[in-house]
Amino acid sequence: MKRGDLSNLAWGAALLVLAALLPLTGDGYLISLGVTIAMYTVLATSWALFSGPTHYISLATAAFFGVGTYVTGAGIDHLPYWTLLPIAAVVGGVLAALVGLATLRLSGVYFVIFTLGLAEMTRQVVTWYQNKTGHKGTYVLTDLTDNDIYWQLVALAGLVFLIGWAVGRSRLGFALRIIGDDEDVARHVGINTALSKVALFIVSGAVAAVVGAIIAPRYVYIEPSTAFTPMLSFQVVIMALLGGTGRLWGPLVGVIPFTLLWEAISSSFPNQTTLLLGLSFLAIVYLLPGGFVGLWDRVKHRSARRRALA
Amino acid sequence: MDILITGLILGGTYALIAMGLNLQYGVSRIMNLANGEMLVIGGFTAFALYTAGQVSPLLTIFIVAPVAYVLNWLVYRIMLRPLVKRAKSRGMLEQDAILTTFGLSFVMVGLMLWAFGGDYFSYSYLARPVVIFGDNFGLNRVVAFGCAALLCAGLYLWLNVSRAGMAIRAVAVSPENARLVGIDVPKLSARAFALGGAVTAVGGAVISTFLTLDASTGVMFTMKALIIVIMGGVGDVRGTILAALVLGLGETLVATFIDPGLTLAAAYALFIAILLFRPQGFFGRKPT
Amino acid sequence: MKRRTFFKATTLLAASLVAGAAMAADPIIVGAVAPKTGPLAGGAAVTHWPNIALWVKEVNERGGLTVGGEQRMLEVIEYDDQTNPAETIKAVQRLATQDDADIILAPYSTGLNLAAAPIFDRLGFPQITSSAATDQIGELSAQFNDMFFLLGRSSDLAEDAVEVLAELREAGEIGNRVAMVNVADAFGIELAAVGKPALEAAGFELVYETSYPLGTPDLSPIMKAAKAAEPDAFVAWSYPPDTFGLTEQAMIEELNVKAFYTAVATAFPAYGGRFGAAAEGVMGIGGVNTASPAFQDYAARLEAATGSKPDYWASGMMYASLQILEEAIETTGTLDMAEVTQFIKDNSFETVMGTIDFDDENNNTAYWTVGQWQGGEFKGIKETGREGAVAPILKTGWE
Repeated sequence: MKRGDLSNLAWGAALLVLAALLPLTGDGYLISLGVTIAMYTVLATSWALFSGPTHYISLATAAFFGVGTYVTGAGIDHLPYWTLLPIAAVVGGVLAALVGLATLRLSGVYFVIFTLGLAEMTRQVVTWYQNKTGHKGTYVLTDLTDNDIYWQLVALAGLVFLIGWAVGRSRLGFALRIIGDDEDVARHVGINTALSKVALFIVSGAVAAVVGAIIAPRYVYIEPSTAFTPMLSFQVVIMALLGGTGRLWGPLVGVIPFTLLWEAISSSFPNQTTLLLGLSFLAIVYLLPGGFVGLWDRVKHRSARRRALA
Repeated sequence: MDILITGLILGGTYALIAMGLNLQYGVSRIMNLANGEMLVIGGFTAFALYTAGQVSPLLTIFIVAPVAYVLNWLVYRIMLRPLVKRAKSRGMLEQDAILTTFGLSFVMVGLMLWAFGGDYFSYSYLARPVVIFGDNFGLNRVVAFGCAALLCAGLYLWLNVSRAGMAIRAVAVSPENARLVGIDVPKLSARAFALGGAVTAVGGAVISTFLTLDASTGVMFTMKALIIVIMGGVGDVRGTILAALVLGLGETLVATFIDPGLTLAAAYALFIAILLFRPQGFFGRKPT
Repeated sequence: MKRRTFFKATTLLAASLVAGAAMAADPIIVGAVAPKTGPLAGGAAVTHWPNIALWVKEVNERGGLTVGGEQRMLEVIEYDDQTNPAETIKAVQRLATQDDADIILAPYSTGLNLAAAPIFDRLGFPQITSSAATDQIGELSAQFNDMFFLLGRSSDLAEDAVEVLAELREAGEIGNRVAMVNVADAFGIELAAVGKPALEAAGFELVYETSYPLGTPDLSPIMKAAKAAEPDAFVAWSYPPDTFGLTEQAMIEELNVKAFYTAVATAFPAYGGRFGAAAEGVMGIGGVNTASPAFQDYAARLEAATGSKPDYWASGMMYASLQILEEAIETTGTLDMAEVTQFIKDNSFETVMGTIDFDDENNNTAYWTVGQWQGGEFKGIKETGREGAVAPILKTGWE
């Protein structure tokens, strides 16, 4: 391990601890904002773990998230809460593995739409099953507060960053980058492209399912329309792309400004929220191609050049 | 027999939803996530004119089509053309288009809320039974099927017979080569996008005679349209028609013989299965 | 948010400068959060938002709410939760801590109300829900002391519909064969899960039974199959888009049953507006006493003030929840929410929907369960303790 790695790790750990201190402010509003930021950080970062290097845009986040919420919804009356999180991870992972094995030979837009369809199909199957079994509403009544949920999400974020860091250093990460650059080349140099992709897809699926399982107590009443909302998938993609997927911290710097912007718009212009969100979206795409990471790289590049000239 | 007709009629509805997107995505290379909103706007216009002045939705389309054409042309020239110019690869354009049109869909929902409010919009038009081969069908749905058939046939003929249509098909196949043979690709892309928007808005006006819409329902139609276009093969009118009919028939068969609760699940399963066996869709070319 | 505090600071400053001069009391900040976009925006636009507009307008025209001997105007802060529970929670937090809201109104729908329940509970605001139907009222009010329920239990809503059919059958008006369908989504599943055993227990023969997904574009296969089963009554535990769709299909298939029931949105004015005379005799969830002068007066005021007609189910209850809040605040003379909540628990209230009295579980036990379109109005035909129910009529075709 190089010294740079160690200091990166130390920095990451310090930031994480700092983030975990937020509930000590006791400000319910800050904490609820924190939950949103933590949730999207986990989702967007784990999304980018897979989609960043491979350039596969997945809209399946809602499928995994929804499955996770339903794991908690179905299990909360029978099992202790803590056992539900690993179960959600396994269920999400298995679903991701099945999907991954079946579909990763699709490329480009076909994969995008496929994942969108998958989220809807999962929702349909879950509601159909509930209907068959004569379900009378899914309630998750617990004593968990926003603080507890926030801490779980921060811990999960730490785990996701650690995984991302480890993958980035491993052979797997290297293989994925080659796949992203040119899949044929990757195949020729003997990389098992399918296996590499599926492995990371499983990670992002399992993480999204755990997030769903953690969030379920917050929603109290689990409905398919909120658990499987396609908006979630889109928002995750937008935030990750806004930040930039080239680096591990990219999605994070997308999630934070996006959430704050969203918040500022919905609190200042409640009647035009949708309109203004759309407009700011457009502004972002036109003014920030490549996301914040791209901006950062350009600035760095420019200052480096200036230094070289001086 | 009635299952066949019901399925075909539903397929006609789907063709109305998806045909415009096929032009926009197939020719202009814009995966338009605001497609559903354009459809709802068409529906709202029909609703507004019908409730205010008893204007038949079938006449409304002659107002909706040119207005939507101009609007979409402007959207393409002002918002999307810069993206096409700056995109280094098709993948990058796709990413930018997803982001932009997603933002655009928000803007359009916002404008509709501002103009019409969030209420449900539904009215009754031609909700009478017609008897075909001894079974009852909704007259409004039959009429919608007729519109879809006319529209599809018209588009198909125009694309295959007229010069402009040929040029558009050339762009759909390969923008680079089209440029080499002297086709003005940017101009045609703008036209195809505008035409696609007009077709979608007309579809919305027709569909509003039997489906209940509100300002936020657009995304449902966008998803259906995306699935049909991908299933049929990008940039081919025949593919979209076939996919729409297959989906309509499939859903009706499942609803009748298996379980209506599974119709939508079956639709997605069908889509997924087709993608697995024919990733480029019915009529799509192998992606290069 | 910052602008607000700045504004407050400047007004305080200005106020202290002109101290001694007559000055108006600070307004009461009323926080409201409900969908303006998303899947439930359509329902909220009918049932929720117009009532808030009417209430605030009328209270302010009177000069405001009297709190502690002082008249204070209402100032509403509205937020759109985009039908997303996370946004609802965040908006309630924002209202409480950033906007310093004095009152926060309960959100819209079962799901969003339940998501907001922990936060209302922690902040100590009474949450008088008028659009949440659930069977867990006991558990919920035990965990969230400040949560009140106006709309009733979902099982009563389904069971009473079955009871209406049973009574029609005992009277010899309809036969024994029932076709039952439901939308496979939260509330539709819940109603069907209660309704099916209730139908069986009442001795009905279920000749056709199925579910369909929310957003099914073509319901004609269902209606064809239902018709082929030759039912005497048709029951659909449905949601807004498919309530309209099923009715239209029934007309097209000429399903001439004598009892036709669809659930949510049958009570919407848009239903009567769309189907006109064909709606005559259609039964649905909800209902009100349309003959009551209080309701008629309320409906007229709502339409005059907001241009929108009330629906014949939860609209009145939404307005009643505001009346309850108003009376509790004015009588106790305080904005101390603990005191206001206690007052709501201890007292009964005269509202546009009649007298409302909460039981030990904070539940309003008297509510409308089934209504029917009769002469252009959706009249209550079954209730759990309300006055003014009319006798059901038989459906005679779709003309």
